[in-house]
Amino acid sequence: MFRFVNLALGGVSNGMIYAAVALSLVMIWRSTRIVNFAAGGMLMFTTFIGWDLVQVHNVNYWAALAVATLSGLIIGGVAERVLVRPVETGPPLNPVIVTLGLLIALEALAGMIWGNSQSHSYPPAYDFRGYTAGSHHLFFAPNDLFIVITVAAIVVLLYLLFQRTALGLRMRAAAFNPEVSRLLGVRVGRLLTLGWAVSAAVGAVAGVLAAGTSTGYVQPTGPFDALLVYGFTAAVIGGLDSPAGAVVGGLSLGLLLSWADSYIDNNIEPMYALVILVAVLMVRPNGLFARAAARRV
Amino acid sequence: MADDELRLQPENPMDRASQAPRTASSTDRYGVLSRSTLLRHTLFAVVGILLLWLMVKSFSASTNQELQLIPAYICAAIGLTLLVGLSGQISLGHGAFMMVGAYTFALLWPKWQLHPNLTIIGAFAAAVVVSAVAGAIVGVAAARLRGPYLAGATLALAVGLPSMTQNEKLSSHLKGSQGLSVPSAPQPHGFDFVQWPLFIGLICCVVLLWFTANLMRSRVGRSMRAVRDDEVAASLSGLSVPGVQVLAFVVSAGWAGLGGALLALANSNASPGAFSVQLSLTLLAAVVIGGLGSLSGAVVGSVFVVMLTNYWAQDLTNALSISSGKVANNLPLLIYGVLLALAMLVAPGGIVGSVRRLIALARPAR
Repeated sequence: MFRFVNLALGGVSNGMIYAAVALSLVMIWRSTRIVNFAAGGMLMFTTFIGWDLVQVHNVNYWAALAVATLSGLIIGGVAERVLVRPVETGPPLNPVIVTLGLLIALEALAGMIWGNSQSHSYPPAYDFRGYTAGSHHLFFAPNDLFIVITVAAIVVLLYLLFQRTALGLRMRAAAFNPEVSRLLGVRVGRLLTLGWAVSAAVGAVAGVLAAGTSTGYVQPTGPFDALLVYGFTAAVIGGLDSPAGAVVGGLSLGLLLSWADSYIDNNIEPMYALVILVAVLMVRPNGLFARAAARRV
Repeated sequence: MADDELRLQPENPMDRASQAPRTASSTDRYGVLSRSTLLRHTLFAVVGILLLWLMVKSFSASTNQELQLIPAYICAAIGLTLLVGLSGQISLGHGAFMMVGAYTFALLWPKWQLHPNLTIIGAFAAAVVVSAVAGAIVGVAAARLRGPYLAGATLALAVGLPSMTQNEKLSSHLKGSQGLSVPSAPQPHGFDFVQWPLFIGLICCVVLLWFTANLMRSRVGRSMRAVRDDEVAASLSGLSVPGVQVLAFVVSAGWAGLGGALLALANSNASPGAFSVQLSLTLLAAVVIGGLGSLSGAVVGSVFVVMLTNYWAQDLTNALSISSGKVANNLPLLIYGVLLALAMLVAPGGIVGSVRRLIALARPAR
């Protein structure tokens, strides 16, 4: 029983990271009905920028995090304006292919700048050695606490942005009904660009947090591809459409993966994620939290 | 084509014309060949094999070595074209099916070395069957999924499957990251050790092209197109939409499995590193850049992708006098990424589609 709870504790911080990636996917899905497969590449690239500052140029952790987030804002905004805007209204597979093109291009760029052969480590913000309870070692460290608090803060900030500010109201209006919003004077195009930028910035923070959880995480492919899959799975568990669902999805995925890794067999987390994803899609093709939606035929 | 709207499946006016009922004059001109699609395709296949035989024999050893990986990519790209272009589904996980085929081949064929050149046919067949079964499993799930959901699920497959080799229990069979080694096929009289595996691969390509071309013109192919264009209309016409979609996945995964087996043969090895997510995305790039939905597009795209990855990128970096290996290694991927996005933005028909468009422009309107 203790082990079960301890494993759950170990899954919480990863779950929060998946939740943040899922949030970044859900924000874009809500506004443009596009799954941003480039998210994995974007947050990989911004994490590399942060890593370069911290490890190569000895910049302070927080400054590097800020720069990574800022570069996420820029990459996300530029990607929407330049690449996604022209295919937004086309058949649904065109944006999928465009974002995949961006994913490959970002992975290639990172490989060109930082190399594919080595895997680099990102220093965690706080101590990664777990707390102790009596004689037991908990799978929960100060750094995990930092992750949980950071993602929770992101969730609260996004909630405040969308529910309590005029800008958030306009963004919701633009996503809900672009045509009517335009008639009412909302600059829909700009808000979509802003939405992508904010989403990529959330992803950038998630990337830096994820990179600090294990050594050798920072490489152009591999771990970040898996992180994209985990984020997508979490988002789908939550219905792709609901920010609250994304958080719940991320946390439950984190716990499930932690238990499965320990109780069933280790080293094959991506396969568990695949099984969970397919199981959820089989039971509820639109996710557990989505409202029943009619498909246009 | 007048439509400037971006379409995933660029319908080609000339393709459509060739399938339309022929007028008496065209039937007379080509005789029995225009009436029997099967006969026409078979003739093309036989002539194709003869030409390829001449080509392999006449090319230098280094050229043949350069071409070595092309058959594997062509087979998998034909499978992906069948899936994306014909049935309208998407798969970002065809690298995973290639991996299934490659491991099946690498597990079976080294044990069947009594008549390697005969048993290789059986091993290829086994690779096709096993990956087709994998395709059936994925296809059943996929038939319920649409667009981005299917893309995400197959991406998860592409990320997940190579990790299976890291599992301790499977590792004793699959040899972890190192992978399984594959012996080379003993070459018969008249071929050398570079020509023979390439020729085997090219024969496989021709057989697949023959089969798939016939499939596309058959009732099955028409049902797939019907499902792609309008699911409701197709089911109202009595087609089982999930059935057709699963069938497309089965055939497509089987072809990818054969591609995987050929890749294992060409590399003399089947290891998880060869079947990364980037392989799946490169395959997608091949069919999109070549031209979605046409078999010639799959072939052109595969040749382009293999040549760019292995040779042209090196030439390009040499020409630009870039000495960094990091840049040279990643240049092909960067080009695919840019071309994938560009293809969707400006040339949805890919290379083949653009060429046909130019020809159509050059021809006076009738």
